[in-house]
Amino acid sequence: MLLAEQLLNGLQYGMMLFLMAAGLTLVFGVMGLINLAHGALYMVGAFACAVVAASTGSFWLGLVASLAVAAAAGALVEMLVIRRLYNRDHLDQVLATFALILVFSEGTRWLFGDFPLYLKLPPALSGAITLPGGLQYPFFRLVIILVGAVVALGLWLLISRTRLGIRIRAGEADREMIGALGVDIAKLYTIVFALGAALAGLAGGLVGSIQSVQVGMGEPVLILAFVVIVIGGIGSIKGALVGALLVGMTDTLGKAVIPGLFARVMDTASANTTGSAVASMLIYILMAVVLLVRPQGLFGARV
Amino acid sequence: MTLKSLLLSATTTLALITAPAMAEPVKVGLITTLSGGGAGIGADVRDGFMLALKAAGDAGKEIEVILEDDQQKPDIAVQVADKMIQSDNVDVLTGIIWSNLAMAVVPAATAQDKFYLSTNAAPSALAGEGCNPKYFSVSYQNDNMHEAAGAYAAAEGVKKMFIMAPNYPAGQDSLAGFKRFYDGEVVAEVYTQVGQTDFAGEIAQIRASGADRVFFFQPGGMGIAFLKQYAESGVDIPLIGPGFSLSEDILPAVGDAALGTINTSHWSTDLDNPANKAFVDAFRADFGRYPSLYAAQAYDTANLLLSASAKASPSGDPDGFRAALQAADFASVRGKFAFGPNQHPIQDFYVLEVENRDGGLTNKIVGNAMTDRGDAYAELCKM
Repeated sequence: MLLAEQLLNGLQYGMMLFLMAAGLTLVFGVMGLINLAHGALYMVGAFACAVVAASTGSFWLGLVASLAVAAAAGALVEMLVIRRLYNRDHLDQVLATFALILVFSEGTRWLFGDFPLYLKLPPALSGAITLPGGLQYPFFRLVIILVGAVVALGLWLLISRTRLGIRIRAGEADREMIGALGVDIAKLYTIVFALGAALAGLAGGLVGSIQSVQVGMGEPVLILAFVVIVIGGIGSIKGALVGALLVGMTDTLGKAVIPGLFARVMDTASANTTGSAVASMLIYILMAVVLLVRPQGLFGARV
Repeated sequence: MTLKSLLLSATTTLALITAPAMAEPVKVGLITTLSGGGAGIGADVRDGFMLALKAAGDAGKEIEVILEDDQQKPDIAVQVADKMIQSDNVDVLTGIIWSNLAMAVVPAATAQDKFYLSTNAAPSALAGEGCNPKYFSVSYQNDNMHEAAGAYAAAEGVKKMFIMAPNYPAGQDSLAGFKRFYDGEVVAEVYTQVGQTDFAGEIAQIRASGADRVFFFQPGGMGIAFLKQYAESGVDIPLIGPGFSLSEDILPAVGDAALGTINTSHWSTDLDNPANKAFVDAFRADFGRYPSLYAAQAYDTANLLLSASAKASPSGDPDGFRAALQAADFASVRGKFAFGPNQHPIQDFYVLEVENRDGGLTNKIVGNAMTDRGDAYAELCKM
């Protein structure tokens, strides 16, 4: 029963990571842009959700707001800052988007104060339900698995079945050529960036409701999202999904199993500290192994 | 002589003439976290400290405070402290929240002959062999709250405990402190990652552990995330936290999920003494929120400083100033307060429970955990 619950935990953690990483891989893959401000947009989504939910009393309106506000913030940032960076090298992009993190963090603190905000799940999503087999599991975590699957499917359909998707793929392959063919490349990039931001915002609103909505909440997310897309292959939605599930499973099962394994060869106290330290390194070891064996990532097209 | 220093000396002379009993102005460097995720605690430290000076009236105006942000980074804290010592020429430093920052700043400050009064962090390394005549902890010793939780669990006759803390020095000290006074069986001891935001795996372990109670040390955002997820999980094993896990700075963000949770602390908003009542009322009136233990400790620190600087000047008569600090002759919001031989407090610890009072979440006292508790390191201190 514990193993079943931990497997389910690994799956839902993976889906959570996919939600966080999907927008980043889209922007990175299509636009070739390293966007460190992705975590800041995640934070913007969570704050928008918390503020709107608190003032209207509706979590669902909050979720809509997290999508809308993050998309708007993304579009604005693209037009004001990011647009000037496409022809610069990656170091300039890193610098500028790192500056954006600081601007967003302190701006948010200035607007909403020093203290974490309150954001609670609506009654319809809260509580635990009993699964077949008698396992009690939080309903909201099942919802996250579902939303992750829907977003994955939606993105796949968008990229492979729609005109916008064709343009996105074309832009990924050769941005000058599709510009010459009469596609408004500037507008396309704004749309893609806003879409990526909206995905980050949605993840912020959803995941923020079972975490702490506070300044700086985006930075750990950013690191994990980068690990996921490096493992999955940069720019690949499928890669992000597989990478996220791999990282989720590795992290959850590692933390559940490794301290116990260490306890067989050393005393309990040091097994607990060492074991948990090793467990927290596992995903980075996984990333290193993937990079050694397949430097372009599991589903990466380019090196 | 520049105009500024002329004016300065003129005013000091005037002050000496008009109020001969008054000591000369004391310069205090208040270093705390005012940006990033830890800014909520820093705001409480700042507001508690300044409120005490404001409440002291004219005596409070004799204290000049230089306030700076440490960004919760040890290197920045060291830079700020160096600037305050060398260029601002402060007499006393205070305000650091985090133990790793305190370890970077305190030994350097005392080595440069400055007093350091801790409003919060009190790592064991500074309580035992590393104690210093110029270093006072006005808060507690780091292990204390966890010891009190262990003592409470032992007194309650809890047979099986699940204990959990982040994997860093203060987390390891926390579990060691808990076990120092808990005599039942620890069925699982789990270390989480610092900054961890998802606790599904740990909650699954709690569910399967068969424990009677769960002790969790998860300060700041980690505690908010854990409490929210635990409430959603359907696991109903009662929680016990140190005061940090359920302090008033995070309770509004946790919401009703925290109601009824037991925790242990040396102070509470409803602790019944005149100084505390005045403090809590004034804090709520000025800032519209309940003060946390961090604010209470900063308020006490400022009052201790006022009481000592009224008797002796830290720069002119450091020995007299130190003796005045040791006497702890001020009205503490904790009621009784005294320093032990290593200049850490000897104080009582209470059992608290989260409640909703006047439309806000705060803690109420429901019992006693420990009486006149010093710390485990005092005997190692040679001064």
